[in-house]
Amino acid sequence: MSGPARDTRPRPATRIFAIPLLLALASGVGLVAALLVDGPLDLLWSLAVATPLLAVARAARRRSA
Amino acid sequence: MTRRGIRRWYLVHKWTSLICTAFMLMLCVSGLPLIFEHELDHLLGYEAPLETVAPGTPTPSLDSIIAEVRASRPGEVMQYLYFEEDRPIVTAATAASVESPPEEVHLQPVDLRTGAFLPVRPLRIGIIDFFYTMHESMFVGLYGTFFLGAMGVLLLLAIVSGIVVYAPFMRRLDFGTIRRGRSKRLRWLDIHNLTGIAITAWLVVVGATGVFNTLDAPLAAQWRAGQLAEMTAPYRDAPPLRRLGSVDAAVATARRASPDMDVSLIMFPGTYFAPPHHYNVFMRGRTPVTSRLIKPTLVDAETAALTDTRDMPLHIRALFLSRPLHFGDYGGLPLKIVWALLDILAIVVLASGIYLWLGRRGAALDRRVEELVAGGTMPEPEPAR
Repeated sequence: MSGPARDTRPRPATRIFAIPLLLALASGVGLVAALLVDGPLDLLWSLAVATPLLAVARAARRRSA
Repeated sequence: MTRRGIRRWYLVHKWTSLICTAFMLMLCVSGLPLIFEHELDHLLGYEAPLETVAPGTPTPSLDSIIAEVRASRPGEVMQYLYFEEDRPIVTAATAASVESPPEEVHLQPVDLRTGAFLPVRPLRIGIIDFFYTMHESMFVGLYGTFFLGAMGVLLLLAIVSGIVVYAPFMRRLDFGTIRRGRSKRLRWLDIHNLTGIAITAWLVVVGATGVFNTLDAPLAAQWRAGQLAEMTAPYRDAPPLRRLGSVDAAVATARRASPDMDVSLIMFPGTYFAPPHHYNVFMRGRTPVTSRLIKPTLVDAETAALTDTRDMPLHIRALFLSRPLHFGDYGGLPLKIVWALLDILAIVVLASGIYLWLGRRGAALDRRVEELVAGGTMPEPEPAR
């Protein structure tokens, strides 16, 4: 059985929201850019929108905390 | 944040989520097949195949196409012509009267290159239509649409309050922590937090545009009574129309007024979006963004003279642009697949929320707040048996 996360010191809000903000930014840029630009870059913007999926998949694969 | 503040935000998150979750689950599930509506249409054979046309084949005029359509529907009048964006197809809508409701309209797709009639796409196509109506109004018309809009507002409140309570809960945990070795409830709480915060931006965009889209009908009515009425003001006391003039001439006038745009829709005089003396030729742009917008052009139905053309008000243009951001149908198949996967993650967030609520119904509110205050590291009690 594993215990709680290793570093249990309270984190500031900037650190708590750093990755969620990056994910939101990537998704937002992808969502808007795909609307503004048509063509081969569509795939790139789709990947940007997919970053939350990649983050969740990575967390799901990671060993238990 | 104080314990009292956390408690307040927790209650906002709990109740806004509880009220809207069942409806949001329905919307996520019914929206899933709608993402691939175009592909399903193609797969099920509802998209008429186009024949190859030899170069130099004379193109029929719109007037001749209209004459053919009217001859095939004796006693009916034209309501509108809709031009597909990607294929040379115009769909002619006829009905007993210009004021007949949409369910009494007959649609006839026509190949613009040859004038050949194409198979009529049925309006009701089983499961897709069921999902569409469920998603749009739950089969109870405009009231259902407004109700779903209100549920969307609650969803947005649930997201905001969810972000607020995420902060104290994650104070001592790394992003993406899923504690598998402890209780099942704790694991699902971590999954709920992770998936919820990860898809927040997408969920806000889809939720907010969904709410905006529920205002479609009132905004259309407001535009009709406002800008459209203003554009036709000079004709308020004009005598009734004596004859319907050439649609080709009206289109030529509209093209001269907006040379960098294509025809999207022509509403015939007296229909919902066209005044009694005019063809309303709606033009669309050619760039990815402007192709989503339409510009009304009023052309005198007798003389084909231009009466007025204007960009639609900002809020109506925002409504048009919000549609692709809700449906995810603007970045090709890759974006649709991503959209579907994000939709599935949203289902996970909603379902895990219900699971967590069911699992802790008996627990005191103070204990649940304490869990947040402790930064997600509070020991789990033994489950009651």
